[in-house]
Amino acid sequence: MAASEAHRAIDAVFRLEWAKLVAGLTRYVRDVGAAEELAQDALLAALEQWPASGIPTHPGAWLMAAAKHRAINRWRHARVVERKHAEIGRELDAADAPDPEAAIDDEVGDDLLRLVFIACHPVLAIEARVALTLRLLGGLTTEEIARAFLVSEPTVAQRIVRAKRALADAAVPFEVPRGAELAERLSGVLGVIYLIFNEGYAATAGDDWMRPALCEDALRLGRMVAALVSDEPEAHGLVALMELHASRAAARTGPAGEPILLLDQDRARWDRLLIHRGLAALGRAEELGGAGGRYALQAAISACHARAATPADTDWARIAELYGTLARLAPSPVVELNRAVAVAMAHGPAAGLELVDALRSEPSLQSYHLLPSARADFLMKLGRYDEARAELERAASLTRNAREREMLLERAAACARASET
Amino acid sequence: MRFMMIVKANERSEAGLPPDPRLMAAVQKHAEEQIKAGVLLDTGGLAPSSQGARIIARGGKLTKVDGPFPETKELIGGYAVLQARSKEEAIEHGLRFMRLHQELIPGWEGEMEVRQIFGPENPHGSK
Repeated sequence: MAASEAHRAIDAVFRLEWAKLVAGLTRYVRDVGAAEELAQDALLAALEQWPASGIPTHPGAWLMAAAKHRAINRWRHARVVERKHAEIGRELDAADAPDPEAAIDDEVGDDLLRLVFIACHPVLAIEARVALTLRLLGGLTTEEIARAFLVSEPTVAQRIVRAKRALADAAVPFEVPRGAELAERLSGVLGVIYLIFNEGYAATAGDDWMRPALCEDALRLGRMVAALVSDEPEAHGLVALMELHASRAAARTGPAGEPILLLDQDRARWDRLLIHRGLAALGRAEELGGAGGRYALQAAISACHARAATPADTDWARIAELYGTLARLAPSPVVELNRAVAVAMAHGPAAGLELVDALRSEPSLQSYHLLPSARADFLMKLGRYDEARAELERAASLTRNAREREMLLERAAACARASET
Repeated sequence: MRFMMIVKANERSEAGLPPDPRLMAAVQKHAEEQIKAGVLLDTGGLAPSSQGARIIARGGKLTKVDGPFPETKELIGGYAVLQARSKEEAIEHGLRFMRLHQELIPGWEGEMEVRQIFGPENPHGSK
């Protein structure tokens, strides 16, 4: 095997083992920062030894043993007072002793889940949660995180160092929150994963490949969390939403990188496997009584599109209803705008126009180009071409996307022609 | 990236027999771990070729040939679709799957093919 090939194979093994290794080591040393350093040391040991010895049959166990060995050596070398030394010794013995409960529980899974809750802990700023989650659970390097988020590597490294310090200062325990706290903390975890997904989804043609790859990382993390807290409907709701959105990835842009709107997409390019998985995850969320959850509702809307063979088959009345429920749960002018579009599709442009007109004074939508663009759409369908043209020109002046501006101006010109005839 | 892990058939699978129960349990556990890691997207086992058929286009004609087919080790016995960050990662998953067979049944022989599925990061025509 060529050196680089061996190196890549070792790297692949390491990525597969990384999260479990960091989680197990965090349980052992009770400090995420120290755990990550030990895991890193184990990687260096592997890179030294595996090219000659070959990759061990059970690399996970090898790496864990190597890291624990380092941990013990560090403690021995550190000039700790005798009492402290004895205390650590006792802790180590306790950590190694078979735990009767652990035999029943999925110990590795529990450790991973504890690590998820630490990485997404509310004492951390949101960027720190994202970076730490990708580093500790996603196995991304600081360089990869920097490339994916279009920031410099030292910035990411600094965020991670500060985050680890903040966790140590706050003495954040290595545990899964219980009771009422669980719901709130889980919602924070899901928010971090969705943010990672959306960062990848927002990537455009010509971006570094690391950016769209974030969608796959987020999906992997979301599925992992949903499997670990399998009774929590919103975790499945988020997975459903991400799988369904990801299923349209290939159809979202044209050959020149121009965005293609949902209804204009070639549905043959939608990914059937991801749609199937998304619908299944949505089904689980609903079975668990979570149909009214924030992510499950959005997934249900996405599912209406996924189930429709052609745009004309779309169940717009159901989508309008789902947006209504979503608007009551998390009121937002953008959700209301989407509801107006669905209502117009289900009940005609006049009904949609009435809803968007109510949004025209909404301050947060003043520079949102999709509002005049939706309004123009309804006006056109009602034959009010002059008003539609004015709205399209307004939308064109608001969008930052050059391709979109072109499309809006083309439609405005078409309105002008229609108005003359 | 997505990979298809193609497991070749063997005499047992072609005879329509289920795998050794210990092996089945180990394979199931392995699959569960991969599901928990969020990487296993789909998996399935194929019924023996005696229940299948081939459709061959040759000389401007279509011919249907019913199974079974003789070349057992060339046939597909089952598959899994995995999400991986690299080809090396997919291969490591494949090594683990094949290793658990060898560990449970000394002298076990078989073959797996690891193939990347075309996707946005490697569209048709790219290398």
